[in-house]
Amino acid sequence: MITAGVDVGNMFTKALLQEGGRVLSYAILASGLDRKRAARETFRQALIKAGVTEDDVCNVFSTGAGQDEVDFAAGTVTDITAAARGTLKIFPMARIVADVGAEGAKVLKTDDDGRVLGFTINEKCAAGTGSFLETMGRALGVQLEELGPLSLEAERAVTINAQCAVFAESEVVSLIHAKVPREVIARSIHEAMAGRVSSMVRRVGLQKKLALIGGVARNKGFAAALEKDLDAKLLIDDEKPEFLCALGAALLAAERDAGQLP
Amino acid sequence: MIAHYGYKDGSGDFFISIDTDKCTQCSDKPCLEACPEKIIELFTDDYDDEVVGIKASERNKIKYTCLTCKSTFGAGHAACIEACLLEAIEHSW
Amino acid sequence: MTEKNEFWRWEESRWKNPDLDWENAEVITLGVDVGSVSSQAVILCDGELFAYSNMRTGYDSSESALNAASWALEGTGLTLDDIHFKVGTGYGRVNVTFADRNITEIACHARGGNLMYGPTVRTILDMGGQDCKVIRCDERGKVVSFLMNDKCAAGTGRGIEVFTDLLGVPIGEVGQRSLRVEMEPEPVSSTCVVFAKSEAIGLLHAGWSTEKVLAAYCLATANRVVSLLERVGMVKDFAITGGIAKNVGVVSRIEKILGVSALEPKYDTQIAGAMGAALFAKALAEKKAKTG
Repeated sequence: MITAGVDVGNMFTKALLQEGGRVLSYAILASGLDRKRAARETFRQALIKAGVTEDDVCNVFSTGAGQDEVDFAAGTVTDITAAARGTLKIFPMARIVADVGAEGAKVLKTDDDGRVLGFTINEKCAAGTGSFLETMGRALGVQLEELGPLSLEAERAVTINAQCAVFAESEVVSLIHAKVPREVIARSIHEAMAGRVSSMVRRVGLQKKLALIGGVARNKGFAAALEKDLDAKLLIDDEKPEFLCALGAALLAAERDAGQLP
Repeated sequence: MIAHYGYKDGSGDFFISIDTDKCTQCSDKPCLEACPEKIIELFTDDYDDEVVGIKASERNKIKYTCLTCKSTFGAGHAACIEACLLEAIEHSW
Repeated sequence: MTEKNEFWRWEESRWKNPDLDWENAEVITLGVDVGSVSSQAVILCDGELFAYSNMRTGYDSSESALNAASWALEGTGLTLDDIHFKVGTGYGRVNVTFADRNITEIACHARGGNLMYGPTVRTILDMGGQDCKVIRCDERGKVVSFLMNDKCAAGTGRGIEVFTDLLGVPIGEVGQRSLRVEMEPEPVSSTCVVFAKSEAIGLLHAGWSTEKVLAAYCLATANRVVSLLERVGMVKDFAITGGIAKNVGVVSRIEKILGVSALEPKYDTQIAGAMGAALFAKALAEKKAKTG
């Protein structure tokens, strides 16, 4: 039985197809201004990649900030539930899931059965989200994809005092002016960002079995900074870290269809 | 004076208010010792009164710094609030 | 970046009192306010405003402090050595290396606001480049209660700057243009300036005019600072200082929400902190003279 999960984020829409727990395909597109269209188009691309048609898909669940825009979904699940379900499928040992996306971050804690025990969400402040890194990269004149690798070249970091992305941008400009090497600034940016996310992790309750998901999980510089801050090795799905909520939604769609859920 | 230390950001209001007129009547300043995170400091203000305040480096982090202490004492309470006999300290969250 | 693209750039200014002669003065004092975005210097002769400067803070705060002081002194015949007492204030006050003392910007704003707006002022809202302060004071300009928010760019000049850049509107025109809407729109819903900017891009795509987006952001800024005012409690008379005090779009909306008119400023609204510092300097100079 093939099912799909469509995760409509503030910046990107992700769709994933699975069958019996095996991932068939996934696709990602910018959410843009017309989220309905983005959802449909992303789903269509995932179908093409898997070589199947819409009729082959038994059930579709949507999740994410724009979950209600997916008019072809049979049901919706909260992004917390989806993140927990998708991550635990890949990393059954994970007990803390940190999902860091473009315009939001959330950290949740699960018990041994995968039930969510608690969570904390930040969708109101750019600090601690991908937008922070994007803003800092722009100030530094570095492409977002290059920012992480650049930071790994640095042997030291300086403290960025500002907690706000807009103020931190001014601070980065001052550091450039003070001739602090670019890689050092890049590392400082990642450490500041990691500080924000680790505060959220501590809020939920730090455990060593911690998975990092979401688009920002692709950034090795950030992952390294967060590992250092929390003194823990992170579980990261290098292949598709931003698709785990869509995976969770697809798995829950299968369970619902199989009658395991009310 | 009532000094409001802390911040408002997208996630909410986090302020520690200190009535510093009461500090001048307090010789022991038990709040300094009571704070488990040691974020309260003694200083001489602009009007030459010896008062307590939240360290400048800590003001924008209190949501997280005070978390453990507040969870021990329960909502609206904290070690500093309990320690101050003149009831000069309040938390907004 | 070329000059014409710097929409955030505000006009630097200086002023000298033509009716005052410093040579007749007993006490000449200087206050320098080094903020994160702007720096001001105020020179008082026996407590009366003699000259001031208001300029952008550079990367080096100590240099900015000196520049502001030099610009205020320029053409007056005075030098730093002629000043009896100098007080530094503001975010960069420790970098006013030539000052005899540093005093917090909270105390200075209260004192300066008391002179600039008169002794009836009880609440001062200072909307700076990178912070927002609410100060309640008594009839002598002493602080009764205060709150400062410098964690988040929402409700500060930097937030407005981001919008000038996004919309290509010079900062001096933001207020007026934001009032050119037939109906007041809903405020921008995101608090965070970064997210508010994305939201504004969406609104422009949805066909909103530049004026309507400005109105929505000025309203969001007003809502933001009013919530800070409410925490401290607003008591009349009410005055607004800082750079945003010059933005009629934000000021008129704050007045409307509060149902209170702000006092008309007699001087440049950005010099309140430096003015207070110079007044503290006068008191300290007199104290020094008394004690020898």
